[in-house]
Amino acid sequence: MLEKALYGSKRYYAWVGLLLILSVIGLAAYLKQFNYGLGVTGLSRDVSWGLYISQFTFMVGVAASAVMVAIPYYLHDYKTFGKIVILGEFLAVAAVIVCILFIFVDLGQPTRLLNIILHPTPSSIMFWDMCVLTGYLLLNFIIGWTVLGYEKKGFPAPRWVKILTYIAIPWAVSIHTVTAFLYAGLPGKAYWLTAIMAARFLASAFAAGPALLIILCIILRKWTSFKTSNRAIQSLATIVVYAMIANVFFFLLEVFTAFYSNIPGHIVTLQYLFAGVDGYSNLVPIMWIAAILAFLGIILLLIPQVRRNEKGLILALLSVFVAAWLDKGIGLVLGGFVPNALGHITEYIPTVTELIIIMGVYAIGLLVLTVLFKVVIGVREQGMVGNHSEGF
Amino acid sequence: MNRRDFIKLMASLGIGSALVLEGIDKIEAAADRVTDSKALQAKHWGMVIDVSKFKTAEDFQQVAAACHQYHNVPEIGNPQHEVKWIWQEDFEHTFAELESEYLSDKVQHMQFPVLCNHCENPACVRVCPTKATFKRADGIVAMDYHRCIGCRYCMAACPYGARSFNFFDPRSYIDQINSAVPTRTKGVVEKCTFCMERLDKGQQPVCVEASGGAIMFGDLDNPNSSVRQVLKDNFFIRRKVELGTGPSVYYIIGGGGASA
Repeated sequence: MLEKALYGSKRYYAWVGLLLILSVIGLAAYLKQFNYGLGVTGLSRDVSWGLYISQFTFMVGVAASAVMVAIPYYLHDYKTFGKIVILGEFLAVAAVIVCILFIFVDLGQPTRLLNIILHPTPSSIMFWDMCVLTGYLLLNFIIGWTVLGYEKKGFPAPRWVKILTYIAIPWAVSIHTVTAFLYAGLPGKAYWLTAIMAARFLASAFAAGPALLIILCIILRKWTSFKTSNRAIQSLATIVVYAMIANVFFFLLEVFTAFYSNIPGHIVTLQYLFAGVDGYSNLVPIMWIAAILAFLGIILLLIPQVRRNEKGLILALLSVFVAAWLDKGIGLVLGGFVPNALGHITEYIPTVTELIIIMGVYAIGLLVLTVLFKVVIGVREQGMVGNHSEGF
Repeated sequence: MNRRDFIKLMASLGIGSALVLEGIDKIEAAADRVTDSKALQAKHWGMVIDVSKFKTAEDFQQVAAACHQYHNVPEIGNPQHEVKWIWQEDFEHTFAELESEYLSDKVQHMQFPVLCNHCENPACVRVCPTKATFKRADGIVAMDYHRCIGCRYCMAACPYGARSFNFFDPRSYIDQINSAVPTRTKGVVEKCTFCMERLDKGQQPVCVEASGGAIMFGDLDNPNSSVRQVLKDNFFIRRKVELGTGPSVYYIIGGGGASA
């Protein structure tokens, strides 16, 4: 089936070429980091995790969000999602690959990565995160590829795939729960030490992920033969808005607990993020933009006329996606390090090299996504027998 | 030999060599436990720091310098990438939860040596995905620099900010390399070891020797040890005990018992 990705329009080749070039540039920047060390980044003794880990965290959410298409389709037989469920699965595959790459580029000794497997340590949440992410990658790839392979030959998908789809649903929840546990179980980081972290992660993931999926569907609809129905898009948009409302609600719960309890350690990071502390305020504009976009996105999505208009919908979804990205892909991880364990404040500014590496990782992710989607479109265009949902 | 036999042979060779390697591992582990008869041993190594005995900035500087020189700690001179095992903080930053505007001038201006607390329940050990950092039977939280993958999860987990990361090769920042202890490579985390190499040779930690009596070291499990005697006679505080980490470094303000 992979051969479907080898032939395409000029536009397709140009897009793939661009992504390849960006990947190679990213790789070159990474080699610099590989040779010199993480000193090429903006990381410091006080802010020891930066954009690599925060992007990882955000993309775990995007990966987990495939379940928002899978649950209605596989569990509730909601046939409207029949066509796009595979896009959700392949988006998850690409997102997990991005996650693994971000972990890889964050390591100080990447050549020792396999030590996590050679010396398995169940007390470490990172060990479990590796297990669930690897499992999730395999599950989604096997499900998507098999279903598509059967579809290509005009057969309904085999029964064992159905079992895998049921396993993948709680598994999706697990990847983001375990990722939240990476943060929520650390004794000295008040901003992360919150029982609602996993719920927040899932809510923001189920808003940002499907928002991205809808945007991808609209792009495919515009440029390719893959036409997602308006009904499917509107159903997904409903999921996005409810998840985003839950996400904002959960965040406000954090604000209440911190300020009403009046415990300094719980207040200080929120203060740093939204007002600045002792003149340190790099993240303040970012967090306010996130807050404004979150409300804007929710309001736009709640207005039926806006939601049903393609341009309005895209604006609303971009607002939600960017808001979730700024909150989780920047503020959450960086905020956790302010103040440091001794109460000092160090701010983090990523370097150009670091940003190029991040661009490279995302380019590889987009390349994987492009190839997988191209295969899907190729198989569908072949149009032997349409709907693999008959198998389920 | 056909293909099937070849694969079988390779598989059995693989399993065989894995077993041999496993065996070697065990022999090495056993060899580790053979210690010098002079070695200092304890059930729970702990430290008591009498802060009042550091009268001048130099008193402490020589302790930090002795530690950092002995342990090949690079002098990077830039706070973003610095590596430090023991340094000073004021009361407000060492004991934030005890801060008060009515602190005596003396305490307010005191500088407190801070270092790894060699916790009884170390968060860093719990989170390490490779067991590169581990707690020994004698309570010392140690590091295997060759196993560390540099994920820095331990740095995020440590509530004392005791851990440093090598953002690049540290060796060019070391004045004189001490061959008694390892240097580190880029991309690994490091911190105070309670001088476990010296304990094995029957010597006290470097900071203890250099402090002229301000830092005491001994077995917290032994009621007759020097540290336990000091703790019995003095009011002491530890950093962030409310987190349940069980820090093994105790601070006494000195100069008249319960003055803190």
